[in-house]
Amino acid sequence: MSPPVVLLTVALIAFVVLIVGAPLMPARGPHGERGGELDTPPDPQLEVAREDVEAEREAKYREIRDTELDYRTGKLSEEDYAAVDGTLRAQALEILDRLDALEGSDLTRERESTDPGD
Amino acid sequence: MAGLGYACLLLAFAVCGYGICASIYGVRSGRVEFSDSGRRAVYALACILTVAFLVLEVAFLRNDFSFNTVADTSSRTTPTFYRAAAVWSSQEGSLLLWAWLLSLWASLALFLTRRRMRDIAAYATAILLGFAGFFVSLMIFYANPFKTTSPAPAEGVGLDPLLRFPTMMIHPPMLYSGYTLCTIPLAFGMGALLARRVDADWIRSIRRFAFAAWFFLGIGILLGARWSYSELGWGGYWGWDAVENASLMPWLTGTAFLHSLMIQEKRGMLKVWNVSLVLATGTLAIMGTFLVRSGVLNSIHAFGGATLGVPFVVLIGVLISGSIYLVVSRRDMLRSEHRLDSLISRESIFIANNIVLVGLCFVIFWGTYFPLISEALTGQEASVGPPWFDRYTVPLALILVLLSGIGPVIAWRRATLANARRNFMVPIGAALLTLLVMVATGVSHKPLATAMFCCAAFVFGSVGQEFYRGTRARRAMAGEPAPRALLALVRRNRRRYGGYIVHLGIAVLFVGVAASSSFQHASELGLSPGQSTRVGAYTIRYVRPTATITPRYDAAHTGSTLSLGAIIAVSKGGKPVATLAPSEGYYNSQDPSQGTVGSLIGGQPVSHIANNSSFTRDVWTAIAPDIEAPSLQRIVKVGNATLGSEDAIVAIGYLARAYLKDPPPAQFHFIVSPMVMWIWTGGMIVFFGGLIAIWPAPSAVRRGITVRARARQARGMARV
Repeated sequence: MSPPVVLLTVALIAFVVLIVGAPLMPARGPHGERGGELDTPPDPQLEVAREDVEAEREAKYREIRDTELDYRTGKLSEEDYAAVDGTLRAQALEILDRLDALEGSDLTRERESTDPGD
Repeated sequence: MAGLGYACLLLAFAVCGYGICASIYGVRSGRVEFSDSGRRAVYALACILTVAFLVLEVAFLRNDFSFNTVADTSSRTTPTFYRAAAVWSSQEGSLLLWAWLLSLWASLALFLTRRRMRDIAAYATAILLGFAGFFVSLMIFYANPFKTTSPAPAEGVGLDPLLRFPTMMIHPPMLYSGYTLCTIPLAFGMGALLARRVDADWIRSIRRFAFAAWFFLGIGILLGARWSYSELGWGGYWGWDAVENASLMPWLTGTAFLHSLMIQEKRGMLKVWNVSLVLATGTLAIMGTFLVRSGVLNSIHAFGGATLGVPFVVLIGVLISGSIYLVVSRRDMLRSEHRLDSLISRESIFIANNIVLVGLCFVIFWGTYFPLISEALTGQEASVGPPWFDRYTVPLALILVLLSGIGPVIAWRRATLANARRNFMVPIGAALLTLLVMVATGVSHKPLATAMFCCAAFVFGSVGQEFYRGTRARRAMAGEPAPRALLALVRRNRRRYGGYIVHLGIAVLFVGVAASSSFQHASELGLSPGQSTRVGAYTIRYVRPTATITPRYDAAHTGSTLSLGAIIAVSKGGKPVATLAPSEGYYNSQDPSQGTVGSLIGGQPVSHIANNSSFTRDVWTAIAPDIEAPSLQRIVKVGNATLGSEDAIVAIGYLARAYLKDPPPAQFHFIVSPMVMWIWTGGMIVFFGGLIAIWPAPSAVRRGITVRARARQARGMARV
């Protein structure tokens, strides 16, 4: 191999070692956090759990909208719609309770507009 | 630079090995930093293989014929676009493309899941690196894309003429993207089973990758069909070729998964089924890759002289046995959370749809691998052809199209018979009207085609009804004008209405397939200039011959030395319809025994078809000039005897002039096929609908709520 190719290869190896080895480096930060994830949130497990419940919430909203759409387009009778809708809304409230519990006992927050979308 | 490329392969192999060990150690010991390091190994692999791919790409663009693969598949006269794409026309280059795309998609999947499902993701990382390591090892030990020859030849062999077609160059990256994306859900599915965490989390995370696999695989399949129709000279778009089937099978199981996934998301049902579909789809994708490279089956798509069968068989064996073990050993965790509320429900239709799709896959699997099975059992090779496939797939396709029309008009969870009766009136009416029209116009003598048209009309009716009723409901609630209501309806219900558009596209596509195959008129005959024939309602006249000496006049970049063809006039009822110019290209051969002139045109001839396409019909034609005619061969023989290789092209000029002056009768293949364009249009509608279905909604900004607002939210959260 020519010298430039050797240099390129060595540089590539060094790059790979740096990337792969970064999480294994000793802690450097002021709070003793480990090197590795550049954007590790302060409480990753809580963050992930919140995202999971929010995803569940959006899925439940989608189900509620689907059910209403089924009713309004004539696929569900009024009785069936009432029964299914009630069940789904109760499930949605349970999810919101779990979300509240994750976000702590602080019940008063600034409302931000949102459009749940699909 | 070949040294750099090979060094990249070795480094990639080492990184795969390290990443597998680090990921597994990290997840088993709970040491997150090792799992992170394993994931970063995937990122590093993507960087390494990008460098390797660039090395090979630059070699092609610079005509570096010291690289064996460049010398075998490219040349100085190959146009730049084809040269850039020729990287993946060889076994070696295509393996590199496969591994590179896998590393890119795996990096994306693991980056998006970097903060969640750490245990599942760690196992998935190990599995994905295992796949990558397998393909890298194939390149290191069997098919090295960076193998060189010294001294380098002055010129390359050039690209296979059959591949000199723009869509054929895009087809492999699309197909390989589909195949590699199929491994993402497989890896996460196996990871979920290994980690014993089979809740909704992993399914939700891989949904977009499952869709992307379906999307790219579908585009690749459609592009391949288009290439077959436009380039191969037999006039068909699907021949049930083994490699075609190999790409269709994971697409079918992937389609089934995208439907049954919705049931698991909504009702927590079909967990065993879904994880099995995911594992089967990934395994079928690997088997598809195996078919092209193993040489076990004959196919126009196969890489010649392939010797990779044994490693692939081992990998496939590990995948199948591992999948079965994982599903069986974790079956208790995969119990459904609910049962079906009613047989008359969308869930039931989706289950039926899944059964049909998997049934189709099974039929195609059996017909594709039957030669292997037969040879293993009897010692004699056998094969099944298109008639066998058509016999079993057409009825299943009919049921599939019908179900795609029933699903939209049935509610989730339960539907009453009264509602169902009311909702089916329009679709059934559309189907009956279509039947009446077909009977009245005298085209109902093809029962299967008639059935398909009626099923498609049923789909058009049900989907149209859904759009109409949904828009009406939206207008009633929001008071919007119809166009805005329609847009808002689709925007707020992307999955549903995107899915409806996909169903519409499938119906359009199958109408095209049914019409073009059932009502086709074809003719193969010899014609001399001035002669004409009748094909269906069209009169086709051979006007005059054409001859082009290339590459000087090679505007189409066919790369042929000589191109002989014809001008064909097409008319209907005395009125001109189109003028077609089919030709056959004659290429260099590497056989010196053909002589200096003979070897200029002694390579595999390639038909360049001519097609006049409209929404109602295609008029397709191919020509096979009689280059063996004594009047033309005389010129070749004299040229071989008197001209050296540098002057041999002069004889080609004489050959072309002789053909123009006194052309021997040529063999023509004429086909008039109704509604072929519906196939390509239907395909585009399918993918457009798919994009709508998967398009992400604006992120929900975290909503802060008060205790009072929670009740308001529960009441107000539904809004069509």
